[in-house]
Parts: sequence; C-alpha cells; structure tokens
Amino acid sequence: MYRYTDFDAAFLAERNAQFRAQVARRIDGSLTEEEFKPLRLMNGLYLQLHAYMLRVAIPYGTLNSAQMRQLAMIAERWDKGYGHFTTRQNIQFNWPKLADVPDMLDALAEVGMHAIQTSGNTIRNVTADHFAGAAADEIADPRPVAELIRQWSTDHPEFQFLPRKFKVAVTGAPNDRAVTAAHDIGLRIVARDGQIGYRVLVGGGLGRTPMIGKVLADFVPGEDLLPYLESVVAVYNLLGRRDNKYKARIKITVHETGIDEIRNMVGDEFAMRKAAFAGIDQRMLSEIESHFAPPAYETGGTESFDITYAINPAFRAFVDTNVDKHRQEGYAIVSVSLKAHGATPGDATAEQMRVMADLAETYAHDELRISHEQNVILPHVPRRHLPRIYAALRRAGLATANIGLISDIIACPGMDYCALATARSIPIAQEIATRFEALKLEQDIGPLKIKISGCINACGHHHVGHIGILGLDRAGVENYQITLGGDGTEEATIGERAGPGFGAEDIVPAIERLVHAYLDLRDDPEETFLQTYRRLGIAPFKAALYPAEAKADAA
Amino acid sequence: MPRAFTPKVVTANALLEGDVVYLTEDDRWTRQLTEAELIEDEAHAQLRLLDAEMRPGQVVGPYLADAVAGPDGPAPVHFRETFRATGPSNYAHGKQVESKNV
Ligand code: SF4
Repeated sequence: MYRYTDFDAAFLAERNAQFRAQVARRIDGSLTEEEFKPLRLMNGLYLQLHAYMLRVAIPYGTLNSAQMRQLAMIAERWDKGYGHFTTRQNIQFNWPKLADVPDMLDALAEVGMHAIQTSGNTIRNVTADHFAGAAADEIADPRPVAELIRQWSTDHPEFQFLPRKFKVAVTGAPNDRAVTAAHDIGLRIVARDGQIGYRVLVGGGLGRTPMIGKVLADFVPGEDLLPYLESVVAVYNLLGRRDNKYKARIKITVHETGIDEIRNMVGDEFAMRKAAFAGIDQRMLSEIESHFAPPAYETGGTESFDITYAINPAFRAFVDTNVDKHRQEGYAIVSVSLKAHGATPGDATAEQMRVMADLAETYAHDELRISHEQNVILPHVPRRHLPRIYAALRRAGLATANIGLISDIIACPGMDYCALATARSIPIAQEIATRFEALKLEQDIGPLKIKISGCINACGHHHVGHIGILGLDRAGVENYQITLGGDGTEEATIGERAGPGFGAEDIVPAIERLVHAYLDLRDDPEETFLQTYRRLGIAPFKAALYPAEAKADAA
Repeated sequence: MPRAFTPKVVTANALLEGDVVYLTEDDRWTRQLTEAELIEDEAHAQLRLLDAEMRPGQVVGPYLADAVAGPDGPAPVHFRETFRATGPSNYAHGKQVESKNV
C-alpha cells in the first residue's frame, strides 16, 4: 500500500501547524467565524447539529492496521469512542472539541492520514472499488491511478476554487462496485487489444438533480489519462456556473452544454496540456504501482475451513453471505458488516476497530478497506484462517451475515447529526433492520439494497437503491419518500418515485408491504427484487404501497 | 397582512464545544432550552439577536428559533429544534446525558 514520502509528511506537518495557529486565533478572538469557516472547512472540520464533525479522508478506502488503530485511539481520546464510516469511504468523528482538533490532525498525520479536501469546492477524496487488488473479475487494480489522481489533485493550484465540489471514482472491474456512474468523473479500466485504458464517464451525480454519467471517452490510454482529466476539470472550471449553487455541478454543465460540445472542448484543451506532462506522471505512476504489488500469497491447505464449513451452520451462513471470491486460489475477500440489526449503519466502536486491525495484521496481509456501503473489508484472507476470523468477529459483534441483504442498509447521518438534514435516517434504518430480523425473512428475500438519505443532497445514495428512501420536512413533520428500481452498478439507473411520502410511523410498514408484494410476485426464489421490478414495472409495487388508492381505482 | 410574530429563542452553537446553546434573559448562554429567554416581541427579538451576534468569541451562527411556552419553560416547535435540544436519537449522547449532571 502507498507510503507517504518525506515530501508528503512535511507538507502535512506544515498544514497542521498552520491550522493549529488558525484555531488558536479563532479561540482568542483574532479571527471571526466568517474568516475561520473556510479555513476549518479546508481541513475537514464542519459544525453540525450538536457538535463539530471532523471528516477524515481514507483514500480509495484503503487502510492498514496501524491506521485503523490510530482511528480507534482518536475515537477514544477525543471523541465518544466510535467513528462513522461514510459512503465516500471517509470516517467522521461526530464529537470533537475545537481546541482538540489540531491534536487529532497531528495524530492522523503520524499514520499518513489527513482531512484535507474533504470539504470545499475542490477535488474530493478519490474513491475506488473496495475489492480493488483482490476481486476475481478485475482487469487492473484501480488504486495506483486513484493515488496518482490524489497526488495530482491535492492542493492543485488551478482547482482550489472550482464552481462546486468534484468527486472522482475508479473501478478496475466490469462489475462496478464503486458507483462510478454517479460521480462527476467515473473511470472504468478497460482492456482493448491487450492495452489497458480508461473509459471516462462525466456528469454523473445524485442530489437534487440525479443524473447518470455519460461516456465522454470510450478509451483513453494510460499515458493520456492525467492530462485528459486535467482538461475535463479545466473546461468545467471555466464553464461551470458560479451564479447558482444548484446548477454548479458538472452534471448541469454537461446537460446544458451537451456532451459532444464538452468532448470537443476537452479535446482542444488536451492538445494544449498534453505536452506539459512529458511523461512525469507515468514515472510517478510506476513508482506508485510498486507500492501496490500483490501481497506475498501463502499456499496453505484449506482443511480447517472445509471442516468448519461442513459442521457449523452459522459459519456457513456467514461465508455464503459475507465472503467473496478472491482472484488468488485459496484466498477470500471478507466483508465485515457494520450493520448489526438495530445498530447505526457505518458506526464502529474503538474496540471493534482494534479487533479488525488485529485480524488484518495477524491473518490478512495487514490490509483493510472501507466500502461505500459503509462496511469494512478484509481483502486478502487465506481461506484457512476464516474460522478464526469469524470467531473473533463474532465476539466483537461484527459477524452479522447480512452483506447485500435487506438490513445492509446505507444510511447517511441525517437529522441526528447533520446540519443540512430535513429528516432523520438512522432510526428508519434501525427499524427496518430490526423488523425484518424479527420476521426472519432476510435470507428468503435475498439481495436487496435499501439506501436512505436525510435530505435531497443524497449522501445516502437513495436514488440508486433498489428501494430508496428520502427523508423530507413536510410542513414541520418528517416525511419519507420512496423511490424504486434504482441501481448503482454498471447498469446504473436512477430510481423512480413511487408516490406520496409516508410519515415516520408509516414508512416501515410501507417497506414491509413492498417486500411482501415482491415475495408474491417473483417468478421463483432466484429472481431478485430488482429483476422482478424490471420485469413487472412499478405498478404492482405502487398498488402494494398505496392499497387504498389501488382499491379506489379498481372500484 | 403581515404575519403575526410567533415567540422565539436565540440559539447558536458554542464556539469551543460546538453544542447547542440558548441565550438567557440575564445574558448567559445556557445548554438547556428551558432556561432560555422566550421572546414575545419582534423588535426585542431582533435586538437580542444583535446582542448574540456581538459575542462571536462565545458562539457560532446565532439565529432565532420558534418556541412556545411550556410548563418548564420554552419548548421547541419544529422537530429540528427538538433534536437540537435533546441530542441524537441513536445514542444517549449529547444533552440527554449531560443534562443529568447539571
Ligand atoms: S443526505 Fe443530507 S442529511 Fe444526509 S448526510 Fe447528506 S446532507 Fe446530511
């Protein structure tokens, strides 16, 4: 994994020292809030509903055990003993005190982490497939190029004041686990005639005006990628609307200008910029690539795994649901669910972080990932260690076998924490998970993604949930709107609004009706919710959601 | 017709801790909504907000929030203010535990 150079370390130390002085000046009254706010946001410090919130970048979701342990230490020492993993592969601390934040940032820097560009109109933390480097279906590991983009975009002088924030995601596999089509730029690694290149999507995004990214270029060769990206951002920097915050994202620029015109402009820009790169980026990339070499795989027998799998049904359920195929024989990818039924999606206690760090260090080549679905991944696990890992996870309350199932819900912090929220998300997620656990239907229902956002900003990705839930404020009451048929994979689709919203007490029963309708309608247990929805359309699901209206129509 | 003025409290977040605070009649910042000054007059509300804005070394982002007179003092009107006054619903963190120690 990538190690910071002395240059990176010096840069971070300087930034942290600057911020320490800025915090001191704010506290002693030399800086007003108007002056201080942009400075704290540049360092990932928000002021939320009940407290400050520090958002820490986890580039492309990759961590080692030392970093995870440091996050645990920070959670215990300066927060309330836990952290919240987000859909952007970041971690948020919900309760820091202003005067402690410089110390927290120094502690992060000790393990090469920071909170820079987790806010503001800059290029944000680059996200990637959480199975990167391990997935069986991968063409190439997306992390080296994600790291290259991180280095290029961090403190890039031309791009510190973009019209709006800018998010980039990369996948190296045809099965898109990084929701690339919902990003300002989505990169998909493709192979053509034995050469690796990038399909570049532009103008995807959720929020107020959800859009699926459009293909800007079908194949950009590796050596052209960075100048090409720079050209896209430069074109956006000039064209993007600064007059209206709601029209400032590149998706609107693409929509208003037209993808063909954007492509021409990017082409012109590229012709001018390409020469300046002179191959430096490629030398950097090959240096970076050396940090992402595959681990030294072991070749042990898998008998202990085979025996436990045969005799322990709980272990079997865990493996069948939470373990994915690894590209290396004898290895597996383990997804650790942060969605125990009734728990807050994405939260991990300091103790749980330490357990996962220890497991990674002891058994799994010292690597951890954070997924945009708010779970933690052990990407390189020898199968023979799975029984021991399972047992340790179980003791820590981390062995919930629900990955991809109805209780593996994405939920943004919503009005329990977020100052922008219009309704709560967390309690809705907790109730849905608890309800379906009580019904014992989860396994029978099969793959089903529910995603919940507490406002139109859609941090909870509700538009791409098979069932999306959007919390709104309707005349001073929490109200929840349902969208159906969304999909965040390579077949990305924006969900369709089902109809009028539901009150907080009615939303869980509504979801239950919806799921029962699916169970009645599916051709066979193999047909997933999304497949049934695609086959039948929205009508029968609407009828289940709004039985009174359906009856009136029939009368 | 101008809309009738509804009672308000002055609220903000504390500069150092970031938690929710309310302005009292005797110019203190309190953590408890029930101790806040309930302002029934529009002109007075604007003045009190100005007072709060003059104390940038103590609080961030003061504003006027709707409130009603309750049995124990001012009570929230909008659910957002209810959450601000009590803390998050997923953990017993924030005011709901701190208030026990007051
Ligand atoms: S979707 Fe809205 S409520 Fe949820 S985290 Fe984003 S801004 Fe906050």
